[in-house]
Amino acid sequence: MPVNANNRTKLSQVISERARRLSPSGIRKFFDLLAGMEGVISLGVGEPDYATPWHISEAAVKSLEKGYTMYTSNYGMPELRELLSRHIREKYGVEYDPYGEVLMTVGVSEALDLAMRAIVNPGDEVIMTDPHYVAYDSCVVLAEGKPVKVPTREEDGFEIDAADIEARVSPRTKAILIGYPANPTGAVMPREKLLAIAELARRRNLIVISDEIYARLTYGVEHTCFASLPGARDFTILLGGFSKAYAMTGWRIGYALAPKEIIAAMTKIHQYTIMSAPTPAQVAAIEALKNGEADVLAMVADYDRRRKVIVKGLNEIGLPCFEPKGAFYAFPSIRATGMSSEEFSEKLLMEEKVAVVPGSAFGQCGEGYVRCCYATSLAEIEEALERMSRFVKKYRR
Amino acid sequence: MLKDILKILEGDARVTPAQIATMTGLSQDEVVKVIRQAEKDRIILRYKTVINWEKVEADGAVWALIEVKVKPEPEAGFDAIATRIAQFPQVRSLYLASGTYDLLLVVSGETERKIADFVSENLSHLEGVQGTVTHFVLKRYKEDGEILDGGETSRRQPVVL
Repeated sequence: MPVNANNRTKLSQVISERARRLSPSGIRKFFDLLAGMEGVISLGVGEPDYATPWHISEAAVKSLEKGYTMYTSNYGMPELRELLSRHIREKYGVEYDPYGEVLMTVGVSEALDLAMRAIVNPGDEVIMTDPHYVAYDSCVVLAEGKPVKVPTREEDGFEIDAADIEARVSPRTKAILIGYPANPTGAVMPREKLLAIAELARRRNLIVISDEIYARLTYGVEHTCFASLPGARDFTILLGGFSKAYAMTGWRIGYALAPKEIIAAMTKIHQYTIMSAPTPAQVAAIEALKNGEADVLAMVADYDRRRKVIVKGLNEIGLPCFEPKGAFYAFPSIRATGMSSEEFSEKLLMEEKVAVVPGSAFGQCGEGYVRCCYATSLAEIEEALERMSRFVKKYRR
Repeated sequence: MLKDILKILEGDARVTPAQIATMTGLSQDEVVKVIRQAEKDRIILRYKTVINWEKVEADGAVWALIEVKVKPEPEAGFDAIATRIAQFPQVRSLYLASGTYDLLLVVSGETERKIADFVSENLSHLEGVQGTVTHFVLKRYKEDGEILDGGETSRRQPVVL
Protein backbone atom coordinates (compact mmCIF):
# COMPACT_ATOMS: atom_id res chain seq x y z
CA MET A 1 0.00 0.00 0.00
CA PRO A 2 1.49 3.36 -0.98
CA VAL A 3 2.18 5.68 1.92
CA ASN A 4 0.56 9.04 1.40
CA ALA A 5 -0.06 12.01 3.67
CA ASN A 6 -3.57 10.88 4.40
CA ASN A 7 -2.39 7.48 5.41
CA ARG A 8 0.23 8.94 7.69
CA THR A 9 -2.33 10.88 9.74
CA LYS A 10 -4.27 7.70 10.15
CA LEU A 11 -1.12 5.89 11.31
CA SER A 12 -0.49 8.47 13.99
CA GLN A 13 -3.93 7.65 15.31
CA VAL A 14 -3.11 4.00 15.75
CA ILE A 15 -0.45 4.78 18.35
CA SER A 16 -1.54 3.45 21.73
CA GLU A 17 -2.55 5.64 24.63
CA ARG A 18 0.31 4.13 26.56
CA ALA A 19 2.92 5.12 24.02
CA ARG A 20 1.40 8.57 23.69
CA ARG A 21 1.48 9.07 27.44
CA LEU A 22 5.27 8.71 27.44
CA SER A 23 6.84 12.14 27.49
CA PRO A 24 9.12 12.64 24.50
CA SER A 25 12.79 13.08 25.27
CA GLY A 26 13.14 16.72 26.26
CA ILE A 27 16.20 17.29 24.18
CA ARG A 28 15.25 15.94 20.78
CA LYS A 29 16.01 19.33 19.27
CA PHE A 30 19.43 19.16 20.86
CA PHE A 31 20.23 15.83 19.19
CA ASP A 32 19.21 17.32 15.85
CA LEU A 33 21.48 20.31 16.35
CA LEU A 34 24.38 18.01 17.17
CA ALA A 35 24.02 15.84 14.11
CA GLY A 36 26.45 16.96 11.47
CA MET A 37 28.39 19.40 13.65
CA GLU A 38 32.18 19.14 13.48
CA GLY A 39 34.67 19.71 16.25
CA VAL A 40 32.26 19.17 19.10
CA ILE A 41 33.62 18.10 22.46
CA SER A 42 30.96 15.99 24.06
CA LEU A 43 30.51 15.87 27.81
CA GLY A 44 27.02 14.62 27.02
CA VAL A 45 27.75 10.92 26.97
CA GLY A 46 26.65 8.39 29.55
CA GLU A 47 29.22 5.68 29.13
CA PRO A 48 32.91 4.95 29.66
CA ASP A 49 35.40 6.14 27.04
CA TYR A 50 37.23 2.83 27.33
CA ALA A 51 36.61 -0.06 25.02
CA THR A 52 35.78 -3.28 26.87
CA PRO A 53 38.99 -4.83 28.30
CA TRP A 54 40.22 -7.16 25.60
CA HIS A 55 40.26 -10.37 27.62
CA ILE A 56 36.52 -9.90 28.15
CA SER A 57 35.80 -9.31 24.46
CA GLU A 58 38.06 -12.20 23.54
CA ALA A 59 36.12 -14.59 25.75
CA ALA A 60 33.01 -13.74 23.71
CA VAL A 61 34.88 -14.11 20.41
CA LYS A 62 36.15 -17.54 21.44
CA SER A 63 32.66 -18.60 22.50
CA LEU A 64 31.33 -17.68 19.06
CA GLU A 65 34.10 -19.74 17.45
CA LYS A 66 33.04 -22.65 19.62
CA GLY A 67 29.42 -22.25 18.57
CA TYR A 68 27.87 -20.74 21.69
CA THR A 69 25.21 -19.05 19.60
CA MET A 70 22.04 -20.49 21.09
CA TYR A 71 19.58 -19.29 23.75
CA THR A 72 20.52 -19.84 27.36
CA SER A 73 18.23 -20.59 30.29
CA ASN A 74 15.67 -17.79 30.70
CA TYR A 75 17.40 -16.87 33.95
CA GLY A 76 20.82 -16.75 32.29
CA MET A 77 23.74 -19.18 32.22
CA PRO A 78 24.07 -21.07 35.54
CA GLU A 79 27.81 -20.37 35.74
CA LEU A 80 27.19 -16.65 35.40
CA ARG A 81 24.45 -16.66 38.02
CA GLU A 82 26.70 -18.56 40.41
CA LEU A 83 29.61 -16.19 39.85
CA LEU A 84 27.38 -13.15 40.25
CA SER A 85 25.85 -14.52 43.42
CA ARG A 86 29.37 -15.09 44.80
CA HIS A 87 30.49 -11.61 43.69
CA ILE A 88 27.57 -9.94 45.51
CA ARG A 89 28.20 -12.04 48.63
CA GLU A 90 31.90 -11.22 48.68
CA LYS A 91 31.42 -7.52 47.97
CA TYR A 92 28.38 -6.74 50.10
CA GLY A 93 27.70 -9.78 52.26
CA VAL A 94 24.23 -10.47 50.82
CA GLU A 95 23.19 -13.99 49.86
CA TYR A 96 21.17 -14.69 46.70
CA ASP A 97 20.38 -18.19 45.51
CA PRO A 98 21.68 -18.42 41.93
CA TYR A 99 18.80 -20.80 41.22
CA GLY A 100 15.67 -18.69 41.64
CA GLU A 101 16.82 -15.35 42.98
CA VAL A 102 19.05 -14.18 40.13
CA LEU A 103 17.92 -13.09 36.66
CA MET A 104 20.26 -11.94 33.88
CA THR A 105 18.71 -9.19 31.75
CA VAL A 106 19.36 -7.07 28.67
CA GLY A 107 21.12 -4.31 30.55
CA VAL A 108 19.82 -2.85 33.78
CA SER A 109 17.21 -1.08 31.61
CA GLU A 110 15.32 -4.29 31.05
CA ALA A 111 15.64 -5.23 34.71
CA LEU A 112 14.09 -1.89 35.69
CA ASP A 113 11.18 -2.37 33.29
CA LEU A 114 10.60 -5.93 34.53
CA ALA A 115 10.67 -4.83 38.16
CA MET A 116 7.98 -2.23 37.48
CA ARG A 117 5.78 -4.51 35.45
CA ALA A 118 6.14 -7.28 38.03
CA ILE A 119 5.00 -5.25 41.03
CA VAL A 120 3.03 -2.18 39.86
CA ASN A 121 -0.76 -2.34 39.45
CA PRO A 122 -2.54 0.41 37.51
CA GLY A 123 -2.62 3.50 39.70
CA ASP A 124 0.09 2.30 42.09
CA GLU A 125 2.53 4.99 43.10
CA VAL A 126 6.30 4.70 42.92
CA ILE A 127 8.34 7.27 44.79
CA MET A 128 11.60 8.47 43.25
CA THR A 129 14.00 11.40 43.43
CA ASP A 130 13.85 14.50 41.28
CA PRO A 131 16.22 14.76 39.40
CA HIS A 132 16.39 11.13 38.36
CA TYR A 133 17.62 8.97 35.50
CA VAL A 134 15.34 9.56 32.48
CA ALA A 135 13.91 6.05 32.27
CA TYR A 136 12.66 5.92 35.86
CA ASP A 137 9.36 7.70 35.48
CA SER A 138 8.72 6.33 31.98
CA CYS A 139 9.08 2.76 33.24
CA VAL A 140 6.51 3.47 35.92
CA VAL A 141 4.17 5.06 33.36
CA LEU A 142 4.56 2.07 31.04
CA ALA A 143 3.50 -0.15 33.93
CA GLU A 144 0.48 2.15 34.33
CA GLY A 145 1.72 3.34 37.69
CA LYS A 146 2.18 6.89 38.88
CA PRO A 147 5.62 8.36 39.54
CA VAL A 148 5.78 10.50 42.67
CA LYS A 149 8.80 12.77 42.88
CA VAL A 150 10.76 13.81 45.94
CA PRO A 151 12.78 16.95 45.25
CA THR A 152 16.47 16.64 46.15
CA ARG A 153 18.78 19.60 46.43
CA GLU A 154 22.38 20.47 45.95
CA GLU A 155 22.60 21.74 49.57
CA ASP A 156 21.85 18.17 50.70
CA GLY A 157 24.24 16.65 48.20
CA PHE A 158 21.21 15.47 46.18
CA GLU A 159 20.59 12.83 48.85
CA ILE A 160 17.05 11.70 49.55
CA ASP A 161 15.61 11.77 53.09
CA ALA A 162 13.31 9.14 54.57
CA ALA A 163 11.15 11.90 56.06
CA ASP A 164 10.60 13.49 52.65
CA ILE A 165 9.65 10.10 51.26
CA GLU A 166 7.28 9.38 54.12
CA ALA A 167 5.48 12.70 53.56
CA ARG A 168 4.53 11.38 50.13
CA VAL A 169 3.57 7.83 51.07
CA SER A 170 -0.12 7.20 50.36
CA PRO A 171 -2.31 4.10 50.48
CA ARG A 172 -1.41 3.61 46.79
CA THR A 173 2.35 3.72 47.32
CA LYS A 174 3.88 0.46 46.19
CA ALA A 175 7.58 1.09 45.99
CA ILE A 176 10.51 3.43 46.41
CA LEU A 177 12.91 3.57 43.47
CA ILE A 178 16.39 4.81 44.27
CA GLY A 179 19.47 5.00 42.08
CA TYR A 180 22.71 5.79 43.89
CA PRO A 181 25.44 6.57 42.90
CA ALA A 182 23.19 8.81 40.89
CA ASN A 183 22.81 9.75 37.28
CA PRO A 184 22.76 12.77 36.64
CA THR A 185 24.14 14.20 39.89
CA GLY A 186 26.98 11.84 40.85
CA ALA A 187 25.58 11.82 44.39
CA VAL A 188 26.07 8.86 46.72
CA MET A 189 23.95 8.05 49.77
CA PRO A 190 25.43 7.74 53.25
CA ARG A 191 24.63 4.50 55.01
CA GLU A 192 22.59 6.14 57.81
CA LYS A 193 20.17 7.70 55.35
CA LEU A 194 19.70 4.37 53.60
CA LEU A 195 19.06 2.74 56.98
CA ALA A 196 16.27 5.26 57.61
CA ILE A 197 14.73 4.45 54.23
CA ALA A 198 14.94 0.72 54.98
CA GLU A 199 13.21 1.30 58.31
CA LEU A 200 10.46 3.30 56.57
CA ALA A 201 9.98 0.67 53.88
CA ARG A 202 9.68 -2.08 56.46
CA ARG A 203 7.21 -0.09 58.58
CA ARG A 204 5.03 0.97 55.65
CA ASN A 205 5.33 -2.32 53.79
CA LEU A 206 6.99 -0.92 50.66
CA ILE A 207 9.26 -2.51 48.09
CA VAL A 208 12.58 -0.80 47.46
CA ILE A 209 13.97 -1.01 43.95
CA SER A 210 17.64 -0.11 44.16
CA ASP A 211 19.36 0.59 40.86
CA GLU A 212 23.06 0.14 41.65
CA ILE A 213 24.49 0.24 38.14
CA TYR A 214 27.19 2.70 39.28
CA ALA A 215 28.03 0.77 42.46
CA ARG A 216 31.66 0.20 41.51
CA LEU A 217 32.29 3.82 40.59
CA THR A 218 32.72 5.58 43.92
CA TYR A 219 35.58 7.81 44.96
CA GLY A 220 36.90 7.83 48.51
CA VAL A 221 33.63 6.43 49.89
CA GLU A 222 32.28 2.90 50.21
CA HIS A 223 29.16 2.00 48.29
CA THR A 224 26.40 0.65 50.52
CA CYS A 225 24.34 -2.03 48.84
CA PHE A 226 20.74 -1.45 49.90
CA ALA A 227 19.99 -5.16 50.17
CA SER A 228 22.88 -5.54 52.63
CA LEU A 229 21.11 -3.42 55.27
CA PRO A 230 19.67 -5.49 58.14
CA GLY A 231 16.48 -7.20 56.97
CA ALA A 232 16.29 -5.16 53.76
CA ARG A 233 16.95 -8.07 51.45
CA ASP A 234 13.38 -9.32 51.87
CA PHE A 235 11.77 -6.21 50.37
CA THR A 236 14.52 -5.13 47.96
CA ILE A 237 14.86 -5.61 44.23
CA LEU A 238 18.55 -5.09 43.59
CA LEU A 239 19.42 -4.06 40.02
CA GLY A 240 22.87 -3.83 38.51
CA GLY A 241 24.87 -4.51 35.41
CA PHE A 242 28.23 -4.69 33.70
CA SER A 243 27.98 -1.58 31.51
CA LYS A 244 29.63 1.05 33.66
CA ALA A 245 32.11 -0.89 35.78
CA TYR A 246 33.54 -3.03 32.99
CA ALA A 247 32.99 -0.60 30.09
CA MET A 248 30.45 -2.94 28.50
CA THR A 249 27.55 -0.64 27.58
CA GLY A 250 27.04 -2.03 24.08
CA TRP A 251 26.88 -5.63 25.28
CA ARG A 252 23.57 -4.99 27.05
CA ILE A 253 24.00 -7.20 30.07
CA GLY A 254 22.52 -6.53 33.50
CA TYR A 255 20.74 -8.34 36.29
CA ALA A 256 18.10 -8.35 38.97
CA LEU A 257 18.48 -9.99 42.37
CA ALA A 258 15.44 -10.36 44.61
CA PRO A 259 13.42 -12.82 46.68
CA LYS A 260 12.25 -15.72 44.55
CA GLU A 261 8.56 -14.71 44.29
CA ILE A 262 9.58 -11.44 42.66
CA ILE A 263 12.24 -12.98 40.41
CA ALA A 264 9.70 -15.59 39.33
CA ALA A 265 7.25 -12.87 38.24
CA MET A 266 9.99 -10.87 36.49
CA THR A 267 11.25 -14.00 34.76
CA LYS A 268 7.77 -14.75 33.44
CA ILE A 269 7.67 -11.38 31.66
CA HIS A 270 11.31 -11.72 30.57
CA GLN A 271 10.60 -15.16 29.13
CA TYR A 272 7.81 -13.85 26.90
CA THR A 273 9.43 -10.61 25.82
CA ILE A 274 13.16 -11.36 25.68
CA MET A 275 13.77 -15.13 26.12
CA SER A 276 17.28 -14.73 27.42
CA ALA A 277 20.02 -12.13 27.61
CA PRO A 278 22.43 -12.29 24.63
CA THR A 279 24.62 -15.36 24.96
CA PRO A 280 27.95 -13.74 23.90
CA ALA A 281 27.32 -10.97 26.43
CA GLN A 282 26.74 -13.53 29.17
CA VAL A 283 30.01 -15.26 28.30
CA ALA A 284 31.78 -11.89 28.40
CA ALA A 285 30.18 -11.16 31.78
CA ILE A 286 31.54 -14.45 33.13
CA GLU A 287 35.05 -13.41 32.10
CA ALA A 288 34.50 -9.95 33.62
CA LEU A 289 33.55 -11.44 36.98
CA LYS A 290 36.39 -13.96 36.89
CA ASN A 291 39.24 -11.73 35.75
CA GLY A 292 38.06 -8.14 35.47
CA GLU A 293 38.73 -6.75 38.93
CA ALA A 294 42.07 -5.15 38.06
CA ASP A 295 40.49 -3.44 35.06
CA VAL A 296 37.73 -1.98 37.22
CA LEU A 297 40.21 -0.62 39.76
CA ALA A 298 42.40 0.93 37.06
CA MET A 299 39.45 2.60 35.33
CA VAL A 300 38.03 3.90 38.61
CA ALA A 301 41.43 5.37 39.54
CA ASP A 302 41.53 7.10 36.18
CA TYR A 303 37.96 8.46 36.43
CA ASP A 304 38.86 9.79 39.86
CA ARG A 305 41.76 11.83 38.45
CA ARG A 306 39.57 13.35 35.78
CA ARG A 307 36.78 13.92 38.29
CA LYS A 308 39.08 16.06 40.38
CA VAL A 309 40.18 18.07 37.35
CA ILE A 310 36.66 18.79 36.10
CA VAL A 311 35.17 19.63 39.50
CA LYS A 312 37.99 22.04 40.30
CA GLY A 313 37.81 23.48 36.81
CA LEU A 314 34.05 24.04 36.85
CA ASN A 315 34.23 25.77 40.22
CA GLU A 316 37.06 27.99 38.99
CA ILE A 317 35.25 29.15 35.86
CA GLY A 318 32.18 30.21 37.82
CA LEU A 319 29.98 27.15 37.53
CA PRO A 320 29.75 26.02 41.16
CA CYS A 321 29.77 22.26 41.40
CA PHE A 322 29.25 20.10 44.46
CA GLU A 323 31.68 17.21 44.79
CA PRO A 324 30.21 14.13 43.13
CA LYS A 325 31.46 11.01 44.90
CA GLY A 326 30.10 8.47 42.45
CA ALA A 327 29.30 7.61 38.81
CA PHE A 328 31.12 9.76 36.21
CA TYR A 329 29.08 12.94 36.14
CA ALA A 330 29.59 16.44 37.44
CA PHE A 331 26.41 18.48 37.89
CA PRO A 332 27.36 22.17 38.07
CA SER A 333 24.92 24.98 38.69
CA ILE A 334 24.56 27.37 35.77
CA ARG A 335 22.45 29.93 37.63
CA ALA A 336 25.20 32.55 37.35
CA THR A 337 24.32 32.91 33.67
CA GLY A 338 20.62 33.47 34.33
CA MET A 339 19.79 31.00 31.58
CA SER A 340 17.57 27.94 31.75
CA SER A 341 19.57 24.75 31.53
CA GLU A 342 18.19 24.03 28.07
CA GLU A 343 19.06 27.50 26.81
CA PHE A 344 22.54 27.19 28.34
CA SER A 345 23.16 23.81 26.71
CA GLU A 346 21.95 24.93 23.30
CA LYS A 347 23.92 28.16 23.29
CA LEU A 348 27.04 26.43 24.59
CA LEU A 349 26.79 23.91 21.78
CA MET A 350 26.19 26.51 19.08
CA GLU A 351 28.76 29.04 20.25
CA GLU A 352 31.53 26.92 21.77
CA LYS A 353 30.78 23.44 20.47
CA VAL A 354 30.65 21.77 23.82
CA ALA A 355 27.81 19.32 24.38
CA VAL A 356 26.40 18.95 27.91
CA VAL A 357 22.98 17.66 28.94
CA PRO A 358 20.46 20.13 30.39
CA GLY A 359 19.56 19.18 33.95
CA SER A 360 15.89 19.73 33.18
CA ALA A 361 15.95 16.54 31.10
CA PHE A 362 16.14 14.71 34.43
CA GLY A 363 13.24 16.45 36.16
CA GLN A 364 12.22 19.87 37.41
CA CYS A 365 14.82 19.88 40.16
CA GLY A 366 17.51 19.49 37.53
CA GLU A 367 16.65 22.94 36.19
CA GLY A 368 19.54 25.31 36.76
CA TYR A 369 22.12 22.56 36.31
CA VAL A 370 23.81 20.73 33.45
CA ARG A 371 25.24 17.23 33.41
CA CYS A 372 28.89 16.95 32.37
CA CYS A 373 30.30 13.48 31.90
CA TYR A 374 34.01 13.29 32.65
CA ALA A 375 34.54 9.85 31.08
CA THR A 376 36.46 11.54 28.31
CA SER A 377 40.14 12.31 27.77
CA LEU A 378 41.89 14.79 30.00
CA ALA A 379 42.84 16.90 26.99
CA GLU A 380 39.17 17.14 25.99
CA ILE A 381 38.11 18.01 29.52
CA GLU A 382 40.69 20.81 29.62
CA GLU A 383 39.62 22.13 26.24
CA ALA A 384 35.94 21.94 27.19
CA LEU A 385 36.65 23.86 30.41
CA GLU A 386 38.43 26.55 28.44
CA ARG A 387 35.53 26.94 26.04
CA MET A 388 33.00 26.93 28.87
CA SER A 389 35.02 29.53 30.74
CA ARG A 390 34.86 31.85 27.73
CA PHE A 391 31.13 31.24 27.50
CA VAL A 392 30.46 31.92 31.18
CA LYS A 393 32.51 35.14 31.10
CA LYS A 394 30.42 36.36 28.22
CA TYR A 395 27.07 35.68 29.84
CA ARG A 396 27.68 35.99 33.56
CA ARG A 397 25.30 38.42 35.23
CA MET B 1 52.64 9.34 45.90
CA LEU B 2 55.67 8.98 43.64
CA LYS B 3 54.00 5.99 42.01
CA ASP B 4 50.77 7.93 41.39
CA ILE B 5 52.67 10.75 39.75
CA LEU B 6 54.74 8.36 37.62
CA LYS B 7 51.63 6.53 36.44
CA ILE B 8 50.05 9.80 35.33
CA LEU B 9 53.21 10.93 33.51
CA GLU B 10 53.73 7.52 31.92
CA GLY B 11 50.30 7.84 30.32
CA ASP B 12 50.76 11.44 29.23
CA ALA B 13 54.02 13.29 29.77
CA ARG B 14 52.40 16.62 29.03
CA VAL B 15 50.15 16.68 32.10
CA THR B 16 51.25 19.76 34.03
CA PRO B 17 52.29 19.81 37.70
CA ALA B 18 49.16 21.89 38.38
CA GLN B 19 46.96 19.18 36.89
CA ILE B 20 48.83 16.44 38.74
CA ALA B 21 48.36 18.43 41.95
CA THR B 22 44.58 18.49 41.35
CA MET B 23 44.49 14.78 40.60
CA THR B 24 46.56 13.66 43.56
CA GLY B 25 45.60 16.25 46.17
CA LEU B 26 49.26 17.26 46.64
CA SER B 27 50.35 20.88 46.36
CA GLN B 28 51.90 21.95 43.10
CA ASP B 29 55.23 22.59 44.84
CA GLU B 30 55.25 19.06 46.23
CA VAL B 31 54.55 17.62 42.80
CA VAL B 32 57.38 19.62 41.23
CA LYS B 33 59.70 18.48 44.00
CA VAL B 34 58.83 14.80 43.56
CA ILE B 35 59.29 15.03 39.79
CA ARG B 36 62.65 16.83 40.09
CA GLN B 37 63.88 14.21 42.53
CA ALA B 38 62.71 11.40 40.24
CA GLU B 39 64.58 13.00 37.35
CA LYS B 40 67.68 13.35 39.51
CA ASP B 41 67.46 9.72 40.61
CA ARG B 42 67.08 8.69 36.97
CA ILE B 43 63.69 7.15 37.73
CA ILE B 44 62.32 9.45 35.05
CA LEU B 45 64.81 9.14 32.20
CA ARG B 46 63.22 11.16 29.44
CA TYR B 47 59.89 12.53 28.18
CA LYS B 48 59.15 11.12 24.76
CA THR B 49 56.43 11.10 22.12
CA VAL B 50 55.02 7.99 20.49
CA ILE B 51 54.84 8.73 16.77
CA ASN B 52 53.43 6.78 13.87
CA TRP B 53 56.17 7.74 11.41
CA GLU B 54 54.71 5.65 8.64
CA LYS B 55 51.99 8.27 8.30
CA VAL B 56 54.59 10.98 7.75
CA GLU B 57 57.21 9.40 5.48
CA ALA B 58 56.88 6.31 3.34
CA ASP B 59 60.54 5.26 3.58
CA GLY B 60 61.63 6.32 7.03
CA ALA B 61 64.07 4.57 9.33
CA VAL B 62 64.61 0.83 9.09
CA TRP B 63 64.26 -1.17 12.27
CA ALA B 64 65.56 -4.59 13.14
CA LEU B 65 65.44 -6.99 16.05
CA ILE B 66 68.79 -8.72 16.50
CA GLU B 67 69.27 -11.83 18.57
CA VAL B 68 72.79 -12.17 19.90
CA LYS B 69 74.35 -15.27 21.39
CA VAL B 70 77.26 -14.39 23.67
CA LYS B 71 79.75 -16.16 25.89
CA PRO B 72 79.38 -14.72 29.39
CA GLU B 73 82.57 -13.53 31.06
CA PRO B 74 83.74 -15.33 34.19
CA GLU B 75 83.32 -12.34 36.54
CA ALA B 76 81.00 -9.87 34.86
CA GLY B 77 78.57 -12.37 33.27
CA PHE B 78 76.54 -10.70 30.53
CA ASP B 79 76.79 -7.18 31.94
CA ALA B 80 80.19 -6.28 30.50
CA ILE B 81 79.35 -7.14 26.90
CA ALA B 82 75.82 -5.75 27.21
CA THR B 83 77.14 -2.42 28.47
CA ARG B 84 79.51 -2.27 25.51
CA ILE B 85 76.77 -3.01 22.98
CA ALA B 86 74.54 -0.40 24.62
CA GLN B 87 77.07 2.29 23.71
CA PHE B 88 76.22 2.11 20.00
CA PRO B 89 73.69 4.83 19.18
CA GLN B 90 71.99 2.53 16.64
CA VAL B 91 70.92 0.30 19.52
CA ARG B 92 67.61 1.71 20.74
CA SER B 93 66.78 -0.99 23.27
CA LEU B 94 68.75 -3.87 24.67
CA TYR B 95 67.53 -6.74 26.80
CA LEU B 96 68.96 -9.89 28.33
CA ALA B 97 66.48 -12.62 27.54
CA SER B 98 65.89 -16.23 28.46
CA GLY B 99 65.64 -18.82 25.68
CA THR B 100 67.73 -19.72 22.67
CA TYR B 101 69.74 -16.51 22.57
CA ASP B 102 71.06 -14.16 25.22
CA LEU B 103 70.71 -10.54 24.16
CA LEU B 104 67.92 -8.95 22.15
CA LEU B 105 68.70 -5.67 20.44
CA VAL B 106 66.26 -3.25 18.89
CA VAL B 107 68.28 -1.41 16.25
CA SER B 108 67.40 1.41 13.89
CA GLY B 109 69.23 2.67 10.83
CA GLU B 110 68.66 4.82 7.77
CA THR B 111 68.84 1.82 5.42
CA GLU B 112 69.04 -1.95 5.59
CA ARG B 113 72.62 -1.63 4.38
CA LYS B 114 73.56 0.43 7.42
CA ILE B 115 72.07 -2.12 9.78
CA ALA B 116 73.87 -4.91 7.91
CA ASP B 117 77.11 -2.97 8.28
CA PHE B 118 76.50 -2.52 11.98
CA VAL B 119 76.06 -6.26 12.41
CA SER B 120 79.02 -7.33 10.32
CA GLU B 121 81.48 -4.59 11.27
CA ASN B 122 80.60 -3.68 14.83
CA LEU B 123 78.57 -6.35 16.52
CA SER B 124 80.01 -9.62 15.28
CA HIS B 125 83.59 -8.52 15.96
CA LEU B 126 83.00 -7.95 19.64
CA GLU B 127 84.78 -10.42 21.85
CA GLY B 128 82.29 -12.89 23.28
CA VAL B 129 79.73 -12.57 20.50
CA GLN B 130 79.19 -16.06 19.14
CA GLY B 131 76.43 -15.48 16.66
CA THR B 132 73.67 -13.12 15.54
CA VAL B 133 70.27 -13.43 13.87
CA THR B 134 68.80 -10.28 12.35
CA HIS B 135 65.06 -9.80 11.83
CA PHE B 136 64.04 -6.71 9.87
CA VAL B 137 60.79 -5.15 10.97
CA LEU B 138 58.27 -5.28 8.11
CA LYS B 139 55.31 -3.57 9.68
CA ARG B 140 54.44 -2.01 12.98
CA TYR B 141 51.08 -2.79 14.53
CA LYS B 142 51.45 -1.55 18.08
CA GLU B 143 53.96 0.80 19.63
CA ASP B 144 54.38 1.35 23.34
CA GLY B 145 50.84 0.23 24.07
CA GLU B 146 49.28 2.17 21.22
CA ILE B 147 47.62 0.37 18.31
CA LEU B 148 48.79 2.31 15.26
CA ASP B 149 45.91 1.68 12.91
CA GLY B 150 42.57 2.42 14.49
CA GLY B 151 41.12 4.32 17.39
CA GLU B 152 40.96 7.60 15.43
CA THR B 153 37.22 7.89 15.47
CA SER B 154 35.08 7.74 18.54
CA ARG B 155 32.47 5.06 18.40
CA ARG B 156 30.37 6.72 21.06
CA GLN B 157 27.10 8.50 20.49
CA PRO B 158 27.67 12.17 21.35
CA VAL B 159 24.74 12.41 23.75
CA VAL B 160 23.31 9.63 25.89
CA LEU B 161 20.89 10.32 28.69
